Amino acid sequence: MRIKQLSIFVENKTGRLHSIIDALSKANVNLRALSIADTTDFGILRVIVDDSDAAKAVLSEIGVISKITDVIAVKIDDKTGGLASVLDTLSDSGIFIEYMYAFLGREAGRALMVLKSSDDDAAAAALTAAGIALTEQSEI
Amino acid sequence: MSIWQPKEETMPREELTKLQSERLVAQVKRMYEKVELFRKRMDEAGLKPEDIHGVEDLHKLPFSYKQDLRDYYPYGLFAVPMKDIKRVHASSGTTGKQIVVGYTDADLDMWANCFARALAATGADENSFVHVGYGLGLFTGGFGAHDGAVKMGATAIPISAGNTQRQIQTMIDFGSTVLCCTPSYAMYLGESIEEQGLTDKLSLKAGIFGAEPWTEEMRRQIEEKLRLKAYDIYGLSEIMGPGVSYECEYQCGMHVCEDHFIPEIIDPDTCEVLPAGAQGELVFTTITKEGFPLIRYRTRDICSLNYEKCKCGRTHVRMNKPQGRTDDMLIIRGVNVFPSQIEEVLLKIGGDITPNYQIVVDRKNNTDTFDVNVEMSEQMFSDGVRGIEAVERRITEALKSTLGIAPKVNLVNPKSITRSEGKAKRVIDNRKLK
Ligand SMILES: [Zn+2]
Repeated sequence: MRIKQLSIFVENKTGRLHSIIDALSKANVNLRALSIADTTDFGILRVIVDDSDAAKAVLSEIGVISKITDVIAVKIDDKTGGLASVLDTLSDSGIFIEYMYAFLGREAGRALMVLKSSDDDAAAAALTAAGIALTEQSEI
Repeated sequence: MSIWQPKEETMPREELTKLQSERLVAQVKRMYEKVELFRKRMDEAGLKPEDIHGVEDLHKLPFSYKQDLRDYYPYGLFAVPMKDIKRVHASSGTTGKQIVVGYTDADLDMWANCFARALAATGADENSFVHVGYGLGLFTGGFGAHDGAVKMGATAIPISAGNTQRQIQTMIDFGSTVLCCTPSYAMYLGESIEEQGLTDKLSLKAGIFGAEPWTEEMRRQIEEKLRLKAYDIYGLSEIMGPGVSYECEYQCGMHVCEDHFIPEIIDPDTCEVLPAGAQGELVFTTITKEGFPLIRYRTRDICSLNYEKCKCGRTHVRMNKPQGRTDDMLIIRGVNVFPSQIEEVLLKIGGDITPNYQIVVDRKNNTDTFDVNVEMSEQMFSDGVRGIEAVERRITEALKSTLGIAPKVNLVNPKSITRSEGKAKRVIDNRKLK
């Protein structure tokens, strides 16, 4: 019940982010979701793409380091309290969220939330037990 | 301006050469007896002390190197028993291992007189208040200035380095008239004083600034901000400390205390002595030092010597400000940094850290900036921000503890460091010092 995410190291130099996105789009990599974590010194660009291995190879060619990681993607009902119930469930189980970001799934009316937590296995179990649906790679 | 030791400082050249010759002959004889390494080098060169009759034979003598100080660390090159060594000083070297130098009573007295000469050349006298803002410690800067002030009979204010606010308050309250510190710190003090609108409260007349390279533009700015006349001073702990040479009021080169140190300029590649006025590597021979004497010590500083008579009346030769180094040593905020040190540290950290680095030095607001770019590897990269920050911190801490100065560490893409013919360009020094 995990999906593949590509985490990309972004140097603290102007134009770096642009050259990464440019290389991916030239290679016809379909970007489904994107999020960036920024510090003053560097950034980590996290993307969900249709083919992570191909994207990683493209980046490697232009000298950019990336890593494929497994993350949880939660389906969130497009109604008030959808996200809150996810967060409540995790905090009740003593799980911390390292980062999260949302994107629109193929299924109408549902947002997808990518989650990285202190313990992804425990998070997946807790969410499933609470009746919250997780997304499969094939559904992206 | 008065001359502190007029007999020595204005001695006619002929007489000075005679004095240097006598002292050199005696020094060579003594060192041959007392210093094993020197005796070995003399023997290898087929030389006996009797072969040295005066300064005209100086060029025959073997060189000595910074590496010797490391090989014979800590006391192996001292020429007197330790009971006669009254003080030691130390400074960092390429491998992080420090070098140690030692002084007898006579050496300390000679040093104090040399620094007093520099003080007198700025117009200082027994009525002066000498603000010693160099670090008082193993570094030679602080004690050199302090002892010089005491020798002169001035009032020494040994405040040491750091704590800018206290420096300023003390300078105002104690009426400091001569400021001794690094030029970059003088600039910083000047800016702080200016910002606080305290310039009118200062009593400074002169400043003696050394231990790091500085420009004429910095001199102008320091003089404007602190309302003093800024003088350059040169020295290195291997030879003595600050005061080996110093500027007089005409500021046309630094007079070398030639009655104690004989300078030569050599071609660093062929090791031939170059004629007066030529630029090359500065080499010093200490002819009066007892505790830790050195013959033909390779300073690695590039400069030239000017034997023309100076308007101030001093006959001692003038050296110009060093124009660079024959090795790849960088002086960053007064600290000696060798690129090889950075490579060693990165290799020592081990794990996944690559030893692919580049040093970028610049000068912003008159302070050196020091960046070390390190190429990232796949293994160093983790998905979390904190993990990467921990890598950066680990590198910064390791470099700081070896270099004594903290660089800003930037992780960069693999293979992004400029390589020419396969060799990475390790140093980019953007400081304009001309
Ligand atoms: Zn002069």
